[in-house]
Amino acid sequence: MASFPAILRSEWTKIRSVRSTIWTLALTFVVTVGLGALLSLLTNNNFTEFRRNVQTPFDATSTAFAGIRLGELAIIVFGVLAIGNEYSSGLIRVTLAAVPQRGTLLTGKAVVLGALALVVSVVTAFITFFTGQALLGSHSTTLGEPHVLRAVFGAALYLTMLCLFSAGVTAMLRNQTLALGVLVPFFFLLSPILSVVPKVKTLAHYFPDYAGSRMLLVFEEQGQPYGPWAGFAICLAWTLAALVGGALVLKSRDA
Amino acid sequence: MIELHDLTKRHGRTLAVDRLSFRVPQGVVTGFLGPNGAGKSTTMRMILDLDRPTGGRVTIDGRRYGQLSEPLKYIGALLEAKAVHPGRTARDHLLWLAQSNRIPERRVDEALALVGLTPVARKRARGFSLGMGQRLGIASALLGDPEIVMFDEPVNGLDPEGILWIRNLMKRLAAEGRTVFVSSHLMSEMAVTADHLVVIGRGRLLADLPMPEFIKRNSRSAVRMRTPQPERLLDVLAVAGLRHEPGPDGSYEVVGGDLAALGDLAAAHGVVLHELSPQQASLEEAFMQMTADSVEYHAGDGPGRDAAGAPGTWAAGRQQHSNAQPAAAARQEEN
Repeated sequence: MASFPAILRSEWTKIRSVRSTIWTLALTFVVTVGLGALLSLLTNNNFTEFRRNVQTPFDATSTAFAGIRLGELAIIVFGVLAIGNEYSSGLIRVTLAAVPQRGTLLTGKAVVLGALALVVSVVTAFITFFTGQALLGSHSTTLGEPHVLRAVFGAALYLTMLCLFSAGVTAMLRNQTLALGVLVPFFFLLSPILSVVPKVKTLAHYFPDYAGSRMLLVFEEQGQPYGPWAGFAICLAWTLAALVGGALVLKSRDA
Repeated sequence: MIELHDLTKRHGRTLAVDRLSFRVPQGVVTGFLGPNGAGKSTTMRMILDLDRPTGGRVTIDGRRYGQLSEPLKYIGALLEAKAVHPGRTARDHLLWLAQSNRIPERRVDEALALVGLTPVARKRARGFSLGMGQRLGIASALLGDPEIVMFDEPVNGLDPEGILWIRNLMKRLAAEGRTVFVSSHLMSEMAVTADHLVVIGRGRLLADLPMPEFIKRNSRSAVRMRTPQPERLLDVLAVAGLRHEPGPDGSYEVVGGDLAALGDLAAAHGVVLHELSPQQASLEEAFMQMTADSVEYHAGDGPGRDAAGAPGTWAAGRQQHSNAQPAAAARQEEN
């Protein structure tokens, strides 16, 4: 049996030695922090105008995280490329010749990918939060307020799980172009649109991104289908299902 | 040692590899020869457990590939020339491979030096020529200092200098006592590198024998004689006890005959000759003849089907030389 620490070292070398890793992760950070900062600044400057006729309490946390729906696309691309580039180049056969234990291999890949995504996501989440609060001035909140710390960590877990979910889907599809073509429109268009369409939204509320984003809520929304922890569990279930599916495909198909 | 037992691979309705059994002998270069589409690459992928056999099995030193711990230390393979991430440097490509099998990092630099890629070690593979990509693939095969190396069509698309380099490398690896298993669709390439030969066609074994034996059986030399008096010539040949075969354009070929002796013989009996020439069938022709037969067996689905396989059958197949050509022509007409 191949040694698991050896697989982790090897996969870490792989991931750090291609530029797409830096670009996609940097983009995740810049977009999430930047758009959140912009929205926070605009909100602070036009607070009374924005809040006219709004009854719900102002959520300073979600204002700071306004950019996450775009930032998540970059980390999804990161997850797709980390798995998918092996299929486009034929590298997967070199990898499997070196590590024929396919399940162990994919586990190693997911651990390295998930760990890196988690570190970047935690840093991104906290900097996004603090930047947003600094720009919200008197309307800002603090980590000490109820549910705020959970929401910030929730944002980090949300990004990490979407990244791993995308990696699992890519392992199932075995083609990075196809995976991008499926995942990006799904997360950017289909899921957000379906989650507001009457009736269909009942189903769309169980999609991984909608479920995961429940972790970011500080205040309960009217008519929300379930709470933040249920959302976490649903998103985690999707992520694990995608990775297990990817492992099954990898184990059963000819490379 | 690599051993195949009734190895079979079916892709949908087509049999890519059909009950293939042979051993790759240790310490020599074994050429794995067959036309394009004969099943060479599929066989090699099954040896590495990349493709799962439909039937039969293949073992390396008695174990399945997946049971080898750190397989790069047993067997190194080059399957595709540019199976590298275009954005990764040559050194990083070898580094992750080394780490996955706990091969010391100094081997990375040794392998790069061995294939002459040290100057471009930190360049991204995107800019590599086919030859450089091939060298990098060979460096990854040699990384674990393996007993067995396996190359799939290593000279494809290379310039003459690259071809020569790979030939010499394979000979050197075998001289070091390693087992070299190399596929090709070119007999001429194998003739200059291989010590042993395994020939397949349509996924079936056609020949498995040492190279000198193959040459002995297949390098057919003959003397071609053309005459306006064929009956007299045939009488003379019959009296002298010389076997002959019909050649092209009404000529006759005496297999293994001596040019001067046949000339003297004809003169002594007053037979007019319009041609007296030595004929040498190349190994390439022998190989093409052999694989053409394999195509024939399948197209005809005739009783000859099971004749392919044992080395001895090739000698028998060669006797059908003259029959094979009309059959091939007939097949073309059908198309």
